[in-house]
Amino acid sequence: MIVRLVKRIAVLLVSLVVSSVLVFAFMAVLPGDPARVALGTSASETAVAQLREQFGLDRPFVAQYLSWVHGLVTFDPGTSYISHTEIGPQLADRLQVTLWLVGAGMVLACILAVPMGILMAVRHRRPSGLILSALSQAGVAVPAFLAGILLITVFAVGLGWLPANGWTPPAQDPVLFLKQLVLPVLSLGMVQGAVLTRYIRSAVLDVLREDYLRTARAKGLRPMRALVRHGLRNAAVPVVTVLALQLATLLVGAVVIERVFVIPGLGSLLLDSVSNRDLIVVQDVVMIIAMAVLLVNFLVDTIYLMIDPRLRGGSS
Amino acid sequence: MTVLDTEAAVASAAPDDRRRRRPMTGSLLVGGFIVMVVFGLALLSFVWTPHDPTLVNPSARLEKPSLEYWFGTDKFGRDVFSQILMGSRTTLFVGFVAVGVAAVVGVPLGIVAGMAPGWLGELLMRGNDLLLAFPALLLAIMFAAVYGASTLVAMVAIGIASIPHYARLIRGGTLQVMKAEYVVAARAAGRGPFSIGLRHVLPNVSSLVIVQASVGFAIAVLAEAALSFLGFGTPPPTPSWGRMLQESQEMLSVAPRLAVFPGIAIAVVVLGFNLLGDGLRDRFDPKLEDHR
Repeated sequence: MIVRLVKRIAVLLVSLVVSSVLVFAFMAVLPGDPARVALGTSASETAVAQLREQFGLDRPFVAQYLSWVHGLVTFDPGTSYISHTEIGPQLADRLQVTLWLVGAGMVLACILAVPMGILMAVRHRRPSGLILSALSQAGVAVPAFLAGILLITVFAVGLGWLPANGWTPPAQDPVLFLKQLVLPVLSLGMVQGAVLTRYIRSAVLDVLREDYLRTARAKGLRPMRALVRHGLRNAAVPVVTVLALQLATLLVGAVVIERVFVIPGLGSLLLDSVSNRDLIVVQDVVMIIAMAVLLVNFLVDTIYLMIDPRLRGGSS
Repeated sequence: MTVLDTEAAVASAAPDDRRRRRPMTGSLLVGGFIVMVVFGLALLSFVWTPHDPTLVNPSARLEKPSLEYWFGTDKFGRDVFSQILMGSRTTLFVGFVAVGVAAVVGVPLGIVAGMAPGWLGELLMRGNDLLLAFPALLLAIMFAAVYGASTLVAMVAIGIASIPHYARLIRGGTLQVMKAEYVVAARAAGRGPFSIGLRHVLPNVSSLVIVQASVGFAIAVLAEAALSFLGFGTPPPTPSWGRMLQESQEMLSVAPRLAVFPGIAIAVVVLGFNLLGDGLRDRFDPKLEDHR
């Protein structure tokens, strides 16, 4: 098990290196000179050259890449080309905000999806199952940002119960923080929950048709008890895959939701940086998201082995 | 077990190619109907729209729905219904190309990665996981930053970003199918990997492909809408439902209908394809019959 784990960690490290090369190479082909963009079109060639030298943009790509990676590894990603502020503290603050959104969104999605998905599968031919199915279909069909806009219209503009946008750190004002968190998390969680529900329904339906479940029923177990004792563990394998994929979707969904609710998270930073051509910040944000996804995949691979002992056999 | 017995076991365990036709389900009918209507409207937009969807008309700003303007007009006086009609083209085009790119590459990749011996399967999935680290919207934003915002860039980016979703899911299914007795029997009978992949693995993971493709279309439509909402999708003046939503946000207190119409359009298309996928799954899944 330890050897296997070490191997997976090695694979993770290689993946991180390769993806960092990809991100850097991709950003390196961006049209426009970051120094020229920072100073504006009216700046003199000398001033642009000075800025290029200051940020090391005149160095070969390999040197620039190594310096960038070194900055990321040592948690000192350097200075923004545009605002000339330290990127590190900004990234930490923004990441914290986005993690609140994604974490709370995922928890809400699971709370909604697991019982609904199982119920929909167990009662998939009964009216209650069909109603739940219709509800989840409607949820999947609504984009998170549309849900956000509608929630703002009803609960902020119409009823005035909750703030329409904004962000307050939890340490500063916990009540306002929670109030401002409700609508964006509802927008993210309800839509992701609906998508997850469909996968759980599908996975549980597949398991319900298996012979071992029929055998358990034949032994006298009630349908729900047979499912809980023998089915859910098997249904969990595809669902865990989807959960990992959804975490990535949530991270990116937060980008749009942050724009709708004017939340200063990682997504807002990314969009503003793309607009400003603040290349180094774009690189950092994209790499952080990529790193998060790779880490989650690593965890899922490890959890796979724990859920399904049959998969431990590998290719044998 | 003789070779003959093994072949018989394989034949009896393999999914029946001559699947019995089952009655149409509600999902299939409703989903099929919605998809056909949306297709019809998209085709109609090539020959007819009530007004020029890109025509700015200051004298008709924020008109309410009427016989002249069925869904009213936006803040520039453009006809909302005509924009919705034209926007359906963009949406369908992006959805189909993105799902096509993803499935054509992702499904074979997943099956090969699931069937391939140790190191090759691992290598394929590691490469796949690298792509998985760049979700559709992120990849599309990166592409748009480099190549500029366009429908083509959005389609390709969403398609490429969706490949690993198919490959990973299908590989998971393939790993389970490969442990089934009928596959062991087929191997013992001398069936080659290509034959096993095509005859045993593909039919057994097809329900996963169908569900993923239906959700994949929804994801593609939603991703395009989100990109346009953020200003990285279809550029003006081509009408796009996502951009209509973005433009509506500042008018919410004055004219919330400007968000409602494109919102409903997106939701209906996504709902239609999801229902169609569900209906097809119920109709063609060989294992579903036992469960009824």
